[in-house]
Amino acid sequence: MSDDKPTTPPEETPTAEEKAPEQATAPEAEEKQEKQPLSDEEKAAKIAEAKAKAAARKAAEEAEPKDPWEEKPVPPAHEDASDDPDAVALGGEIPGVVLAADRFAGEVTLSVPADRIVDVCRFLKHDCDYKFLVDLTAVDWPEREQGRFDVIYWMHRFNDSKRLRLHAIVADEEPIQSVTEVWKTANWMEREVYDLFGIVFENHPGLERILTWEGFNGHPLRKDFPVEGIDTGAAIYPDVYPPGGGPPVEEADEEEGGAV
Amino acid sequence: MTSPDRPLFDVEEMEINFGPQHPATHGVLRVKMKLDGEKIMEAKPIIGYLHRGTEKLFETMDFPQCIPHTDRMDYVAAATNNQGFCVTMEKLLGITIPPRAAYIRMILAELQRLASHLVWLATHAVDIGAITPFFYTFRERDAILDLFEEYCGARLTLNTMKIGGVPFELPDGWLDRCSELVDSFNGHIEEYENLLTENRIWKQRTIDIGVVSAEEAIEWGLTGPPLRGSGVKWDIRKIFPYDRYDEIDFEIPIGKKGDTYDRYLVRMEEMRQSVRILRQCLDRLPDGPHMAKVPKVLRVKEAGMVYGAVEAPKGELGYFIVATEKATSPYRCRVRPPSFINLQMLPAMVEGHLIADLVAVIGTLDIVLGEIDR
Repeated sequence: MSDDKPTTPPEETPTAEEKAPEQATAPEAEEKQEKQPLSDEEKAAKIAEAKAKAAARKAAEEAEPKDPWEEKPVPPAHEDASDDPDAVALGGEIPGVVLAADRFAGEVTLSVPADRIVDVCRFLKHDCDYKFLVDLTAVDWPEREQGRFDVIYWMHRFNDSKRLRLHAIVADEEPIQSVTEVWKTANWMEREVYDLFGIVFENHPGLERILTWEGFNGHPLRKDFPVEGIDTGAAIYPDVYPPGGGPPVEEADEEEGGAV
Repeated sequence: MTSPDRPLFDVEEMEINFGPQHPATHGVLRVKMKLDGEKIMEAKPIIGYLHRGTEKLFETMDFPQCIPHTDRMDYVAAATNNQGFCVTMEKLLGITIPPRAAYIRMILAELQRLASHLVWLATHAVDIGAITPFFYTFRERDAILDLFEEYCGARLTLNTMKIGGVPFELPDGWLDRCSELVDSFNGHIEEYENLLTENRIWKQRTIDIGVVSAEEAIEWGLTGPPLRGSGVKWDIRKIFPYDRYDEIDFEIPIGKKGDTYDRYLVRMEEMRQSVRILRQCLDRLPDGPHMAKVPKVLRVKEAGMVYGAVEAPKGELGYFIVATEKATSPYRCRVRPPSFINLQMLPAMVEGHLIADLVAVIGTLDIVLGEIDR
């Protein structure tokens, strides 16, 4: 290859090592050649030569595999996970409860109906040994028809270090049963979901706001809650600020010289 | 003055607030307590004073822009926060990072673990009444922060990892200086242990205080040193190895009784193990690039949700990221903060103890309010 270097300058551009320019250099070479008074035969010969070189380089690349961090990322893909032993066990215990089973990036997600969530969790804890609830959270999809919120349960089994995710769809203003009697740790996680999404957990021992204060208007992690926040003055000081009113934000900024 | 049917003192239960502005609460934690004399009958932690809506902010930002915001959660262990986010994003995007980047990350994360445990030891000891360890531990912590400063320019909010690797190559001579610190560190741990481990007052204040059984710890979702102190062998670095922890040889220290003293011993041993990990990383640091070849704009291919976790100094720090198809920013990014879930156990641990033990228990849980409130 190094012998050909001076004769074929367009091939040896600094970007020639990357993959994408391979296609780009060939038309470029054609253009340059067109400017010179070359006969068709010569042109064809040069193109053929460039193509052969490109093919040779590609073959060399394939023969010598690159390290994974030099390659393009390989994103995970969705797979069916209905053969997962826990999905099978759960479906056997409570027929029809597994609505969908999905494997993504090595993580199994089972979709279950929201009204059976306590039965499902109790079965998974006591019979499938998922003793540890790692996380409980929610996702807001305001446009979705089946129901607005996903409630997500993420649990861990100690014997074989396997993790399982449950996914239940809850409509707006619709409650879901609390799993605090199954795992005590769900207490604060459910309070957080209630606070930030406004999903009500029935039979929760003390469903109060946890990160925002009592009297706060709205649920901040809902998609329709503005990122810049809302004026909650009326809710905190009903005597000072009339409902729906409160001090305009711009004026307050000016008074304090924008130091907020 | 006193009549026979009325006692000398008012014996009613008293309600008292501990915090939110109190040096022993390690931030803006408020504990509302019902007291019978000095005995705690009921304790209720009230949090949220430092809520900044980090999870909401994540939704408005591109993936790389989220990383500086992770620093502000557990602000005494910023590097592990970065690591958690980057590991999760690499899982979602399918990026493999070069070995050198993984080793640099492990070095930074273990240094950060040492720094975080030093802050824990200093504040825990001061809360209980031993002020000397504070000066010793902050001396070593400063040396660690100097190394961070030399590497990335910041001492606390490091922002020192990128999706696909680490942003910089190590500066000249950094490895030697790091090596020097690592070699001297076991001696320093001995210094602290000489002050505390066999100290009679220290033992009286910590043994049998805040006892948690293994079953309770699992039921309440404890992770990190509080779970290991109760005798459960659990470490994310072992069960779901990220970066290159599977190539490293180290032990998981566990306690027996699950009291404050056991958790102290577990953390001290963890520091020794961190030194061991650091020694191996420094000896084996491979050559090569410090960044994988990642596209300039990070774009998710398929819609999906992933959860990635790292072993932060406080416990399992998890990121749960939901992304839509072709997205460049998270649709939802949930952080599973270890301190938040560990703090939930506080009432069960202190009820029936004296008010002074509350301080010991808050110290032993090693909470950071920036992470609890997010």
